[in-house]
Amino acid sequence: MPMKPLKKFFQTYRLFLLFFIIVLAIVEWLVRADIIPSFIIPTPTGVIQMIIHNWRPLLIEHLSATMLEFIIGFSLAVISGVLLAICMFFSKTIEKMVYPAVVISQMVPIIALSPIFVLWFGYTIWSKVAVTILICFFPIVVGTYDGLKSCDQEYIELLRSMGANRFQIFQKLHIPMALPSFFSGFKMSIVFALVGATIGEWLGASKGLGYYSRRMSGNLNAEGVFAAITILTIVGILLFALASWIEKRTTNKWNNSN
Amino acid sequence: MTVVLKNVSYSYTNEKRQKNLVISHLNMEIKNGEFISIIGRSGTGKSTILRLMTGLLQPDEGEIQIDQKDISLGDVGYMPQKDLLLPWRTILDNIMIASEIQQDVHMTKEEASIWLQRVGLSGYEHVLPKQLSGGMRQRAAFLRALLTGKDVLLLDEPFGALDALTKKEMQSWLLSMWQDLNKTIVFITHDLEEAIFLSDRILLLHPDHRIEEISVPLSRPRKPEMLLFEEAVTLRQKLEKKIANETT
Ligand SMILES: Nc1ncnc2c1ncn2[C@@H]1O[C@H](COP(=O)(O)OP(=O)(O)OP(=O)(O)O)[C@@H](O)[C@H]1O
Ligand SMILES: [Mg+2]
Repeated sequence: MPMKPLKKFFQTYRLFLLFFIIVLAIVEWLVRADIIPSFIIPTPTGVIQMIIHNWRPLLIEHLSATMLEFIIGFSLAVISGVLLAICMFFSKTIEKMVYPAVVISQMVPIIALSPIFVLWFGYTIWSKVAVTILICFFPIVVGTYDGLKSCDQEYIELLRSMGANRFQIFQKLHIPMALPSFFSGFKMSIVFALVGATIGEWLGASKGLGYYSRRMSGNLNAEGVFAAITILTIVGILLFALASWIEKRTTNKWNNSN
Repeated sequence: MTVVLKNVSYSYTNEKRQKNLVISHLNMEIKNGEFISIIGRSGTGKSTILRLMTGLLQPDEGEIQIDQKDISLGDVGYMPQKDLLLPWRTILDNIMIASEIQQDVHMTKEEASIWLQRVGLSGYEHVLPKQLSGGMRQRAAFLRALLTGKDVLLLDEPFGALDALTKKEMQSWLLSMWQDLNKTIVFITHDLEEAIFLSDRILLLHPDHRIEEISVPLSRPRKPEMLLFEEAVTLRQKLEKKIANETT
């Protein structure tokens, strides 16, 4: 059974994988032939060796620190974002008050705001969580709110003709209709959240992959920087795949039961 | 269940803030178990009358009552002109929705499946609406209205998307069901033969807002060959003439 999706994966992405491997091979050759100095771009094999030799600090110390910031920040953003979207949906006043603020929060360069978080939370985990929330809040709110609003008036009338109350209409129409839009925001912000946690660590931290990559860059250790980037990229892809899987399961569930 | 429309008028205000009259001074009494058809050119307000009777629209003047009580949402079964099946629900879950919403409607999945069988949709219980043809979707939407369990059914062109043969079958089926279950039906159609075959009375809406009421002089139970009777043919020609010279 698990072979089938894997086979499909290779069929869909085989051209990309081929391209990717060719690029890696060319880079490997360019660096080994000394056309590009290895402190600019390391050899791919060197990066892999770096990860294998340092898997303990990289994965156990740094990745887990980044993931903790990510999990706290992302969960808080999803919960508060969905709640805010629901409040805006039910109250025009709240919508008029808050929606512009949510949009403006996207115009503010987050890197510029980050020192404020350090000021407030110091170098604790919470300054990183704050950056994470700020960076992934917007797609959640907008995705959920737009989804809730998108419900067709005709469907609402149909349910009203059956005597449905406001709550039933919300439950049976608005929520399922909001799911696709919610999930496009959700998938976007799950990736953003990881970026947010990494940026948060640049500001000042003692562990985490963002901290690690900065320290390695200071040491002119290109292999270390690329090792952190490689791990972050893989985790980002896995998170996106996880979000897509949740989306598929949830929307299927809506199809099969009430 | 007697439905009474007393002096009902309805107009809507368009974007330019002009008032447009749609229904003007409609009077009608629909007796328990009666079958009424509404015909008329496109845009004469047929769908509007049904929406008024569900309580979705409020008349500008006049009143609509069911058993001497003002009509309110949830009193009647309504099938809108578009099928409006919820795209994320299977056919079975779509027709179950009334029983989820209304406390007084109880129906099990087994009962719902039996109903699907009766409209020729057995085997499609767990299929999504987008996988069905237009006619099949209409039948599912029709069932959804029927399974609200209300005595009064308002059907907006329920058989509009069906081929001639299926339509004939569905008409006979509707008539037998109407008699078995003692429903009161208001039925919109563009098909004059269909209106004559099915109904006791026909309401003809004119573009100038006049409303005519015509009784169908055919006995019950109806048989398809009755459409060839002289009364039916004359009535059909009469209706055709009335509609033909009108422009909207
Ligand atoms: N809310 C509204 N906004 C704009 N126009 C409306 C509204 N309600 C009704 N109308 C107009 O009222 C008229 C009657 O509409 P209605 O849908 O009842 O016609 P109909 O007889 O059912 O037509 P059809 O046979 O095409 O279904 C149309 O001209 C329509 O444009
Ligand atoms: Mg209509």
